[in-house]
Parts: sequence; C-alpha cells; structure tokens
Amino acid sequence: MKIKLPQMYRCYRILGWDFTITPARVVLLLLVAFMGCVALTRLLTGFRYITNLTDETPWGLWISFDVLCGVALAGGGYSTALLVGGFKYQKYGVVARSALLTSLLGYLLVMAGLFLDIGLWPHFWRPFVSWGYTSVLFEVFWCISIYTTILTLEFHEVITERMFKFLHPYVLKALPFLVIIGLIFPMMHQSSLGGLFLIAKSKMFPLWWSPLLPLYFLISSFFVGSAMVCVESDLARRNYAHRIDPHIMLQLTRVGGRIMLVYLALKLIDVTRQGQWGLVFQGSMQSNLYLLEMVGGILVPLFIIFSPLAHRKYGVLVYSWLVVAGVVLNRMNCVFTAMYKSGDYFPSPFEFAVSIGLVSIGCLAYGIIVENFNVLGSRRVTQHHILQKTDLL
Amino acid sequence: MAVLVDLTKCIGCESCSVACKLWNKLPYGKEKSRRQKEKDLNDDNWTVIQEKHVEGENGKAYTRFVKKQCLHCLEPSCASACFSKALRVDPDTHAVVYVPELCVGCRYCMIACPFEIPRYQWDEPLPLVTKCEFCVGRLKDGDAPACVSACPTGALVYGERDALIARAHEIIAANPHYVDYVYGEKELGGTQWLYISDQPFEKLGFKMGLEEIPPSTYTHAYLSKVPFLAAAWGLFLAGMSYYHHRRAKNEKKPPEKKEEGDGRI
Ligand code: SF4
Ligand code: SF4
Ligand code: SF4
Repeated sequence: MKIKLPQMYRCYRILGWDFTITPARVVLLLLVAFMGCVALTRLLTGFRYITNLTDETPWGLWISFDVLCGVALAGGGYSTALLVGGFKYQKYGVVARSALLTSLLGYLLVMAGLFLDIGLWPHFWRPFVSWGYTSVLFEVFWCISIYTTILTLEFHEVITERMFKFLHPYVLKALPFLVIIGLIFPMMHQSSLGGLFLIAKSKMFPLWWSPLLPLYFLISSFFVGSAMVCVESDLARRNYAHRIDPHIMLQLTRVGGRIMLVYLALKLIDVTRQGQWGLVFQGSMQSNLYLLEMVGGILVPLFIIFSPLAHRKYGVLVYSWLVVAGVVLNRMNCVFTAMYKSGDYFPSPFEFAVSIGLVSIGCLAYGIIVENFNVLGSRRVTQHHILQKTDLL
Repeated sequence: MAVLVDLTKCIGCESCSVACKLWNKLPYGKEKSRRQKEKDLNDDNWTVIQEKHVEGENGKAYTRFVKKQCLHCLEPSCASACFSKALRVDPDTHAVVYVPELCVGCRYCMIACPFEIPRYQWDEPLPLVTKCEFCVGRLKDGDAPACVSACPTGALVYGERDALIARAHEIIAANPHYVDYVYGEKELGGTQWLYISDQPFEKLGFKMGLEEIPPSTYTHAYLSKVPFLAAAWGLFLAGMSYYHHRRAKNEKKPPEKKEEGDGRI
C-alpha cells in the first residue's frame, strides 16, 4: 500500500515493513550506488585505477578511516554495555539498544571496508586456517570476526521481538553469556589495533609510538564510544523526535570524560618519560598535528565537559563532536602523519567514494532498522516530518 | 647463511639484478602505474643497484653502487606481522620466503618491514607481495644465490654468517679506509645480508640508528600478556554478573518495573 505524501517524502509499507523515502535518503542511495560500482571495479581490476596507494604508502584511507576509525567509533556498543551490563548503571540503559545497533552496523561496515582493502579477497579466510599467531593482526582479525558474530546474536533480542518470535526466550537466556563474551573481545581488539603499530617503531614519528599504544587505543575507544552515543542520539532526536534526558547524556559523557583524564595523564607521563617535549613544540607538521589532536580533541573537550559550559544547550554535543574528530585525527595521524612522508599519499576520489558510500549504507540501514524494530524507546519510529504530514502512521 | 656485500668492490655492472630476473623469471621493462623517485625495488625488481653520489671528507666526489634487496633479518618483522603465515622463515636455510597461496593481501608486512622491502603488484587484479627470497631453491641445493654467483668482482660473498662477520671485521681492520661498521651485524637483531663500505652508510641511503632488538619484541611483549588479561577480565565480568544476579535475588522488594531497553544488551 502506498501512502500519498507531498514532495519527496514517501512511506511505503510492503508486507508490513516500512520503507521511507526522503530527499536525504535518495542522495544516500545514489552515493551507495556509486560506491557499489567503484567497489566492483576495485575487486575486478585491483588497486591500479581506484586507489592512490603505493609501495611507500601501502595503507590508505580505507584502513585508517573505515577500519581504524570505524572500530573505534563503534566502541559505543561495548562501552555502554560495560556500564549497563557489567556495572549495572541501569539508567544508561535507555541508549543501550541504539548503541548496540550502531556498533553492529559499524562492525559490519568495517568488515566490508577490510574486504575491499585486501588485495587477494578470494583468500580472505586464509588466516582462519593458517594461523599467523605471532601477528597482532591475527588477533584483531579473529576478535573482530567473533565480536561481529556476537553483536549480531545480541541484536537478535531486538529482531526476535518482531520476527522468529519463538526464538525470543532462548535469546534472552543466552544474553548474559553473550554480554560477558561481548565485553571481552572488543577490549582485546580495540587495544590490539594500537598494538598493530608496535612493530613499526622505527618507521613512526616518536610522538605516536609508545609501548602503551594498545592502552591508548583501548582508552580512547572507550571515551569516544560515549561521545558517539551522544552524537547518534542527537541525530535520532533530530529525525525521530526521540528525546533522551539530557541529564543522563551529560552523566554518560562525563564517565567518558573521566576516562579521558586518565588518557591525558598517561600521555603526559609518557611524553615526559620518553623526553619528547622538544618534539611536541618542534613546529614541524607532525608536531602541529599532534598538538591539534591533543588540544582540540582532548583538552578543549575536557574543559567543556567539566565546566558549566556542559550545561549549555549544545555543550555536550560540541564536546562529543570534538572528541569524535580528535579520535579520527589520532587514527589518521598514526598511519599518515607518523609513517608517511608528506605529499606521498592523498586518497583518490574513488577511495573517498567508497568510504562515504560505506557510511551512507550505515545511515540507511540504521534508518530502516529503527523504523521497523524497537530500538529507540518503546516503539518503532517514524521520521517526524512524515508524522507531520500524515496521521496515518 | 649470509651474504657479505663489499660496497667498495661493486662496479654497478648490474649482473646481479639481471641474474635475479633470469633466475626468478621476472619480466623486464614493464611500464608501471606507480612512479618512483629513483630507481628502486618494485614487484619486478627484487634487487636493484642504486647509484649514490657522495662527497668525501677531502671534498672529492665519489660514486658508489648500493645493492638493495631484502636483508633477510634473523628475526624478520614481516614474517612476525603476517597473520596468515604467508611470509615465513624457511627452517633449513633461514631465508625469509613467501607462500602466495596463503597471502591475503593485507600489506601489514609492508608496514612492518623496517627497511621497506616488500613490494606490491599494484597493477595486477589479484596482486601478490613480492620480495627477494634469497633464491631459497638454490640455497637448498647448496648453491649460492643467483646474484652472488653472477657477481664478477667478488663484491658479493656467500657463506656462514659468523664466518662472514669475522671476515668483515678482518677486512676493516686491514684497510683503514673502510668505515668501522658492519651494517646488519646488530641492526634489529641482525640480518643475513651484511654490508661494509668506505663511505659513511647514512650517505648511501642506509637507515642508521636502529635498535639492536628486533621490532617483534614489542609485539611479543604485548601479545603474551593478552590471554591473561583477557582471562582475568572475563572472570571479573563473570564475578560482577554473578554478584548482581545474587543481589537482585536477595532483594525482597518486588522487582522494579522494567523500562524499555532495560540494559540487557
Ligand atoms: S628486510 Fe624486511 S622483508 Fe626482508 S626479512 Fe627483514 S623485515 Fe622481512
Ligand atoms: S600482505 Fe600477505 S604476506 Fe603480507 S602480511 Fe598480509 S597476508 Fe602476509
Ligand atoms: S638472492 Fe636471489 S632473489 Fe634475492 S636478490 Fe639475489 S638473485 Fe634475487
């Protein structure tokens, strides 16, 4: 059945499932379609035409953004799960389901990004049988695979509310175990992503290399997780008029903020211990980007969140965006600024197209899922400009 | 096994790079989409001779030819980083070899190699990693590598590593114009390709100031802790969960009305 709406806003209900079309979604769909073509070309022709990767710069945008940032930003699922499931801060439970969904989508996209980035994609399963256990990447690969499976199973709590209802009780029974296992693996691979760079010590700019790299990646994924939950609930509020008590949001981000203080302290100690203050204020491109990362992504947000500014209308939101941007910059810096000579690599338009397309898939999937399952609050949601135009839904 | 390269003896005739191509059946003169700033390794060149112009201490200009190829580290970072064991150490010869059937193409080995040796087939639809494999087949038959056998001036010498290091130090001691340094003796745990030179190594494009411990030390230090930390963390979480379970049971009050999305994730 088709419900007539003026302009581009349409909602199709096919066999009881809602599919909403908005102008933004049309754009997203086009981006995804373009990405599909690029991805197919990439798989068929290799890296030659699609990427700007070279022997000097073997890892590019797909690894740094789609994989490293993707996994970090998808940390919202485990950090919320840790607070709610592990430490029983029940009040944060209101965001648990949407955090879980974003994480799940995030990890699926990370897997897609990785798949496009590996050269011999028909061989992607080799590490499952040929164990290079001395490699940090081996651990990352296994943990991410297992964790994505667990996230999918956990999300069946939501799915079985609507489909395959007879499975619901079993999923509920399995949940406590899934939650615990689902808290072990993300901690392992979040830190191991930092561990990937341990072996590249002699190639990295010293400010980004430290034996504590795994710990840094772990901690930053934790605090960026709560910031992401905040960003995401803001987007949900704009589109679905789904409000989360700002007080709870503030408390949740402050938990992240406290962890961030630990991060800052560790970094300060580390720089002092390794005697790198000279490098920090060296004035080179590397040191400036380091300062940008630390001041813009850590110091300023910390100031906002622990000062009265946090109670202003956009305080928490600005904090969250800054933290997200800071962590993205950190991951990019670890690959590009720390390891490559400046000017050696800039992503090609096609590489951007794939990264943007993957994010678009995430947005579309998020929309379709929250409109059809109980993720935000107690009901399925509908975009509010559609609610305004029709009272059918 | 090892090779000692005496840079003072190399005349840049390229016999070695030709021999390498012939033995390993690598194509010649293929146009590449990735431009390089100087003549360098690529997927068809597993070894190259780089021409370096050095100004000596006496103000005179010298030309030196530096053979570049995989150094065959004793503790190779690339093999330690490979998550599918596609790069591995051959147990008989200790050459660092590549098994294309196992490679996934993640290029972590390229990130890991401190000397930036592994190269990728950027122009192939299903690309492989490429690098010098120490002519492992020849070594197994007791022959010297193709490049060493082809060298007409004796700049490349093949033999036992310890013997070659001793010989290198003898040469340096007997000839004062050599730099008193054997490159590869200690670098990152030692390499099987060793270099001696009469011009400073840093001016010839060698990476100096490397640590004496192999980079994989850091990885091992981290990875060996992971299982214990993960187990401890898992036990802690299980304990927490049990504690909350018991506490909820012991509370006499009727359980609060569950909110939606009540935290069971
Ligand atoms: S030089 Fe690089 S490629 Fe060769 S063995 Fe050492 S780490 Fe591996
Ligand atoms: S690219 Fe191939 S050889 Fe290199 S680390 Fe990955 S799987 Fe191993
Ligand atoms: S050892 Fe063999 S593969 Fe390596 S550079 Fe010499 S000829 Fe080429």
